Amino acid sequence: MMYFSRLKAAAILGVCLLGLLVSLPNAFPAPASWVPWRTVHLGLDLKGGSYLLMEVDMKAVIKERLDSLVDAVRQALRPGAIFYQTLEAQPDQNRVVLRSRDPAKTDAAMSALLPLVQRDGPNNAPDLDIVTAADGAITLTLSPVALHARAAGAVQQSIEIVRRRIDETGVVDPQITQQGDSRIIVQLPGIEDPNRIKQLLGKTAHMTFRLVDETANAGSPPPPGVEFLPMQEGGGKIAVRKRVDVDGGDLTDARAGTNGQTGEWIVNFKFNSNGARRFADITRANVNHRFAIVLDDKVISAPTIREPITGGSGQISGGFTANSANDLAVLLRAGALPAPLTVVEERTIGPELGADSIRAGAISLLAGFLFVIAFMAFFYGLFGWFANLCLVVNLVLMLALMSLLEATLTLPGMAGILLTLGMAVDANILINERIREEQKRGRPPLAALEHGFQRAYATIFDSNAATFLSHVMLFVFGSGPVKGFAVTITIGIATSMFTAWMLTRLLVSQWYVAVRPRLLPV
Amino acid sequence: MFIKPRMRLAPDNTTFRFMNGRIAGLVVSAILSTASVILFFTPGLNLGIDFSGGIVMEVRTDGPADFQKIRGALAEEHIADQGVQRFGDASTVLIRLPTQPTEAGTQVAVSKVRTALEKSLQGAKIVRVDAVGASVSSELFRNGLLALGISLLMILAYIWFRFEWQFAVGAVVTLILDVTKAIGFLAITRIEFDLVMVAAILTILGYSTNDKVVVYDRVRENLRKYKVMPLRDLIDLSINETLNRTLGTSMTVFLASLPLALFGGASISGFAWVMLFGIVVGTSSSIFIAAPILLFLGERRLRRDTVAVEAPEPGVARQP
Repeated sequence: MMYFSRLKAAAILGVCLLGLLVSLPNAFPAPASWVPWRTVHLGLDLKGGSYLLMEVDMKAVIKERLDSLVDAVRQALRPGAIFYQTLEAQPDQNRVVLRSRDPAKTDAAMSALLPLVQRDGPNNAPDLDIVTAADGAITLTLSPVALHARAAGAVQQSIEIVRRRIDETGVVDPQITQQGDSRIIVQLPGIEDPNRIKQLLGKTAHMTFRLVDETANAGSPPPPGVEFLPMQEGGGKIAVRKRVDVDGGDLTDARAGTNGQTGEWIVNFKFNSNGARRFADITRANVNHRFAIVLDDKVISAPTIREPITGGSGQISGGFTANSANDLAVLLRAGALPAPLTVVEERTIGPELGADSIRAGAISLLAGFLFVIAFMAFFYGLFGWFANLCLVVNLVLMLALMSLLEATLTLPGMAGILLTLGMAVDANILINERIREEQKRGRPPLAALEHGFQRAYATIFDSNAATFLSHVMLFVFGSGPVKGFAVTITIGIATSMFTAWMLTRLLVSQWYVAVRPRLLPV
Repeated sequence: MFIKPRMRLAPDNTTFRFMNGRIAGLVVSAILSTASVILFFTPGLNLGIDFSGGIVMEVRTDGPADFQKIRGALAEEHIADQGVQRFGDASTVLIRLPTQPTEAGTQVAVSKVRTALEKSLQGAKIVRVDAVGASVSSELFRNGLLALGISLLMILAYIWFRFEWQFAVGAVVTLILDVTKAIGFLAITRIEFDLVMVAAILTILGYSTNDKVVVYDRVRENLRKYKVMPLRDLIDLSINETLNRTLGTSMTVFLASLPLALFGGASISGFAWVMLFGIVVGTSSSIFIAAPILLFLGERRLRRDTVAVEAPEPGVARQP
């Protein structure tokens, strides 16, 4: 127990030195970009910045899928001349319900609808369940697997779009991660007022180019295939065909600029080849008709087509300011979100508050550290100093592990470090008390050390394991800064087991060999 | 100071008859915990924004804050606040707004407060905005309770696995009593109950378990060593033997948390105070609650069990 082979002693000291080495990057800036420079990250609560938790509107995702399913059903039934009484999407039940006008044609309808089922999911599971009821109603229900895949896809795509939009704003080092099934965490270091970013993320930015129906008048209900959409500027509504002629997804670029003649702010855009061809076809066929540019169900502008536009590029004007033109260009470049995003949690902390927290945390850390060191020295003498040395090493190792994991240090995390300081010496106290007991029982020094360490070990292990378990729970269920707390405590428990069990024992054994005391000063 | 210890927290070889106070300890603890449960319902916890939802804004002003002026400024913009209060030093103010019906409403409310303050208070600066929607707050609350419950179960399972069931039940009942008292402490002091407090309570749980395990470990060891000693004497002996360690570790954790309570700043000092309270409760409950429960549960069975099971614990009895 008290004998260390050279190799083992070297290994223990090696771990300590390695810990020192790994924690060094925290003290210095990286010398060059190719040097692996892992450091502890400061949480937003310490460095200042904005944390946004956004929810992807899954209802919208499902509704869109059902709407396109209704379209598909309509087209599938047209060739067989199968007429229906009702055809409606029921988003609450994830299904589309169809009532055939002629019950005899139910089977024909079924066979027309079957090709709609796709087996592209995992295990070739069908994405639709089609069921006929006794009264001739046919329900097409989206299967849970397909729904799940679609939701996961929507979140992934949203993350990508959110990242592109934020990158355009020049925020340094944003972090965008998924949380749970339908949420996205956006962390923006150094952002004190996240309003502009929230505005950018608050729009789906789905742009479409559609023809204006010039015959419909606003008083009467719109003819089939036409809807009234509000104008973005100046109020009023305009009748627009539902059919999308060109989709914003075909844009390859968009830039804000000014009109050379009027000085008005505009957005220049370019289509890919598909979009350019369709845009050319539409404009050629509809010269002198009006064309609406629709963004998120609002009409930005509806200019009249003067001549065919065949170059695949164009411009949007619509009473823009420099800012709004720029924002629209950013949104169009980044692409449309698959579903609306809403901010469900926001935490913004100014840099000065963060700096105050760091200062308060550092002062508390220093004071707590000194208290514990004084206590151990006072009540345990030399063996207390062994513990204190281990405490310093423990801090270094904690820092090293946190750097390796690139863990985030939060204010509760700093509290966690403090608590670990108090708890880490517990192992030493257990050992010291045990050695003292064994010596009082009349054992000679070496035997007292042997028994002391050995007996204390089981206790140390059991008591730490229980604490460890409860903090793993905190990590799993906690969120934000509290997770940081759980991380520091669990890391601290692990490193303190090492320092108390290995390092203290090594120190004591070396001391014993060097001094050979007749009585242990415990 | 450098070689010999200067002092002992408790003298060696104490022979306190702790188990004489077992009834008193349990009764006092039961009364305190019952009172805490009552306090939990009336007046209840001061729920922080994490769990109640809503908006909190921390504002710094030039010099001491003029509350009349801030309230006036808010009233002028027709902002219905739920309280404007001092937070930490005199120039820091906390403004609370209730949960807004919609997300857009939240954004509007935040910017309204911003403009109201900019208009009437020169040099005021919003240094923190927390806005938590209703769905998120209930989820956070559920997760907090879940973490607490699962932690307790895992501790129960672990101690059961390593000891015998009487120890596990004794520890978990004691932990539940400890946690209720911590909640009572929160209700009395009106310290805001938020996610960080869940962390504090879980830490108390961990610390208290740690403390119990040390005493139990000694009881287990002594059960093997003294085969005929009555359990009651044996528990007393075990507590006396571990007294220095129990007090020592409480002292170090207490000392480490104290600066946090004093200098940690308004947002973390509540956490530290709850910790300090928990350390005191957790330490005393090891002696006066966990041990008596073990005595009641194990008076007959534990003795016989342990005599029957002769196999020594592998990690403890192995000779070097």
